[in-house]
Amino acid sequence: MTTSAWIVLLAPLAGFLLISLTSQVLPWRVHGWIGTAAIAASFVASVATLIALEARGEEERQVVSVAWDYAVTTGVDAQLSILIDPLSVLMICVVSGVSTLIHLYSVGYMASDRGYTRFFAYLNFFVFSMLLLVLAANFVLLIVGWAFVGAASYFLISFWYRRTTATAAGIKAFVINVVGDVGLVLGTFFILRETGTVDFLATFEAVPEAFGRNDGNLVAGCILLLVGAFAKSAQVPLHTWLPDAMEGPTPVSALIHAATMVTAGVYLIARMHPLFEQAPAAADVGAILGCLTMLIAATIGLVVTDLKRVIAYSTMSQIGYMVMAVSSAAYAAGMFHLMTHAFFKALLFMAAGSVIAAMAGNQDLDRMSGFRRAMPFTFGCMVIGGLALSGVPPFSGFFSKDEILSLLIARDDWHIVLGVLGYVGALLTAIYTFRMIFRAFLGEPCEEARELERGHLFHAAEHTNPATGEVEDSDVGFPGPDHHIAEGTGTMKVAMGALAVLAVVGGFVQVPKVNEALHHFLEPTFAESRFYDQLEPSSALIVAGLVVGAAVGLLGIFIAYVLWVKQPDRPAAIRTRFGPAHRVFSRKWYFDEVIGVALVRPGAWIGRFANSVIERGLVNGVLVGGSSGAVRAASAAVRGVQTGYLRYYAALLLLGLTGLGAYFLVSA
Amino acid sequence: MSMQWYLVVSALIFSIGAAGVLVRRNPLVILLCIELMLNAANLALVAFARMHGNGDGQIFALIVMVVAACEVAVGLGLIVAIFRRRLPIDVDELRELQG
Repeated sequence: MTTSAWIVLLAPLAGFLLISLTSQVLPWRVHGWIGTAAIAASFVASVATLIALEARGEEERQVVSVAWDYAVTTGVDAQLSILIDPLSVLMICVVSGVSTLIHLYSVGYMASDRGYTRFFAYLNFFVFSMLLLVLAANFVLLIVGWAFVGAASYFLISFWYRRTTATAAGIKAFVINVVGDVGLVLGTFFILRETGTVDFLATFEAVPEAFGRNDGNLVAGCILLLVGAFAKSAQVPLHTWLPDAMEGPTPVSALIHAATMVTAGVYLIARMHPLFEQAPAAADVGAILGCLTMLIAATIGLVVTDLKRVIAYSTMSQIGYMVMAVSSAAYAAGMFHLMTHAFFKALLFMAAGSVIAAMAGNQDLDRMSGFRRAMPFTFGCMVIGGLALSGVPPFSGFFSKDEILSLLIARDDWHIVLGVLGYVGALLTAIYTFRMIFRAFLGEPCEEARELERGHLFHAAEHTNPATGEVEDSDVGFPGPDHHIAEGTGTMKVAMGALAVLAVVGGFVQVPKVNEALHHFLEPTFAESRFYDQLEPSSALIVAGLVVGAAVGLLGIFIAYVLWVKQPDRPAAIRTRFGPAHRVFSRKWYFDEVIGVALVRPGAWIGRFANSVIERGLVNGVLVGGSSGAVRAASAAVRGVQTGYLRYYAALLLLGLTGLGAYFLVSA
Repeated sequence: MSMQWYLVVSALIFSIGAAGVLVRRNPLVILLCIELMLNAANLALVAFARMHGNGDGQIFALIVMVVAACEVAVGLGLIVAIFRRRLPIDVDELRELQG
C-alpha cells in the first residue's frame, strides 16, 4: 500500500522531468500524452491505495511511510514521510482523477499553442505539488507542497507571458499566496513550540495535553493556519487573486482554480481538525468568514459579465460552503462537497473553455448568445454542471450542499444562522449560474454562433487580448492561432463526458440515511473528533433540508429564466432601480480598491522610500560610498607622493634621516 | 690633530655627495656622488677607530667598501642596460614608476 502511495507521488514528478528533459528531443505532440499518462498512472496508483486501505482493519487505516529523515534530533523531527489515511486517499483520488481528465482535455484544447510542451510540464509539476501537499505527514512537507502549489499556480496563470494582464495576475496571485505561506509557517511555529513535533499524528496526540481549550497560543496558531488556508482557497479578504487568475488558459482554471488547488485550504482545516476542535474560537472565525465569502462571491457572480469570472466567483462561493462545513465540524460533508464540486466545476470550466474557443477567445457574456444549436454537447455539459452547482436533485451538488446545511442547522446553536444564509447563497447560486447559461446559450444566435452553425469555427481577423484589446500575434507567449471546441475534438469530448457522468452520479456516494459511504470511509481520520459521530441531523430535518434545497435551486433557475429569457428587459430595469447595490457588486465590493489603498499603496510608498532613502541614500551613499570614498581620498594623497623623480625620493630619504638624527640628538 | 677635523671633512664630503645626488640628472654622476657619501662615512669610521684605538671601525670601513663595489657593479650594469635600450640617460626622464 505504501508503495502505491509513493507511486502516486512520483509518477507526476517523473512526467514533469521527462517532459522537461525531452522538450527539444521528442515531437511536441508526444509531451501531452506523456503528461496525461503520468497522471493516469498516478490515478491508478491512487485507486490501488484506496483498495489496499479498505482491505485493512478500521484501526489500521492511518499509515505513515518514511522515506528518509531530513533532520531528526531533540525538538525537530523533519522527515520525508507521507500519511496515508482515508482523508488523504480521498484527496489523491479526486486530485489525480480530475487531473487526468483535465490533462486529456488540454491535449485537445491547447493543441495549437506554441507553448504546448511547457504547458504540460507545468501541469505535471502542479499535480505533483498538490499530491505532495495532501500526502504530507508533517508540517515541513506540507509547507513545501503548499509553496510548490503556489509557484505552479503562478507559472500557469502567467502562462501567456507576453500578455501584460496575465503576468500582472500571476504576480498578484503569487504575492497573496506568499502571504498565506507566511501565515502557515508562523502558525506551525506556534504549534511546534508547545508540542515539540512537526509530525501530524504526534501533534494531534500532543495537542490535548499541550493546550487548554481555547488556549491563546493555539487560537493564534490556528488563525495563522486559517490565513494560509484562506489565501490558498480565495476566501475573504485574501480572495482578490482568484478572479484575476482567470487570465490563465481555461484548463488551468478548471484544474487549479476550481477543482484542486483552491480546495487545499479546506483540506488543511479538515486535516487540522483536532487543533480546531481544541480552539473553537478559531474555527468560528473560519466558519463566519467562509459564510461571508459565500455570500459576497455570490452577489458578485450575479453581475459579472466575464464568462470565466462568473464561474470563478461561484468557485469562491462554493469553497465558502466547504470552509463553513469543515470549520463547523461537518468534515465528511465538507469533503463530500469538495469532491462533487471538483467534478461539476471542472466540467463547467471545460464547457466555458469550449464556448470561449468558439468565440475566438472572447469571454464577454454580453457578446454571447444562442450557442444552443451550434454547440449541443457543450450546452448539455454546461446544463449538467449548472444543475449540479445549483443543487437540483438528483445531481451531485444537491446532496453535498444539503448535507452541509443540514449539519450546520443540526449544531443547534448560532451555526443555524450560517445554515439559513447557506440557503440564501444557494438561491443566488442558481440565479447567477443560469443567468450565465441562458445568456450564453439561449436567445438569438450571435455572429459567432451562426458561423458555427454553418459548420465553420469563427476566427477573429486579428488576435487581440480580450481584456484590453491589445493586438497580439499567435507565437509562443500568446494563445495559439487555432481554437478547439468540444464538438470537434475527441479528447475534450471524452474528458467532458466523463466529468458530466461524475457530476450526475457523484452525489450518490452519500445519500443521507440510505448509504453514507463517504462518512464511514472517512471515519478513521476523524475517530478522535468530538463531533463526527455525534452530529446527526434528525430525519425530519434532513427531509426538510432536501425539500427546501431542491425548491431553492429550482426557484433560482425559474427567476433566472424569467429575467433573462422571458423578460429580457427586466434586468436593465432592476439594475437602474438598485443602482447603488449593482455598483457595489460590479466593483466587487471594493475589495481591490480597499486593499490597494490600505496595503498596496503604503507598501509601494515604503518600497520607494526604502529605495530612495535607505538603499540609495544610506546604504549606497553613506556606508558603501563613504568607506570607498575614504579609501579613495587616502590613496589619492599617498599617490601624490609617488612622483617618479629619483631626486625627490632621495630628498625625502635624506629629510627623514636628518629628522630622525635630529630627534635622537635632541632627545639625547 | 683633533678628531673634529676628520669629522668636518667627512661631513663636507657627505654633503657634497648628497647635494650631487639631489641636483644632478646623469645617473653616472649620481653613482659617483653616492660613492662620495659612502667614502665620507668610511672616513668617519676610520677616524672613530683611531679615536677608540681598536680595529672595529676599520673592519666596518672594509665592509662598506665591499658594499660600494657591489653597488657600483649593479648601478653601472643598470646604466649600461639603459644605454643599450637607447633610453635617455637622465633620471628625470626615467620616471614611469610614478603613482
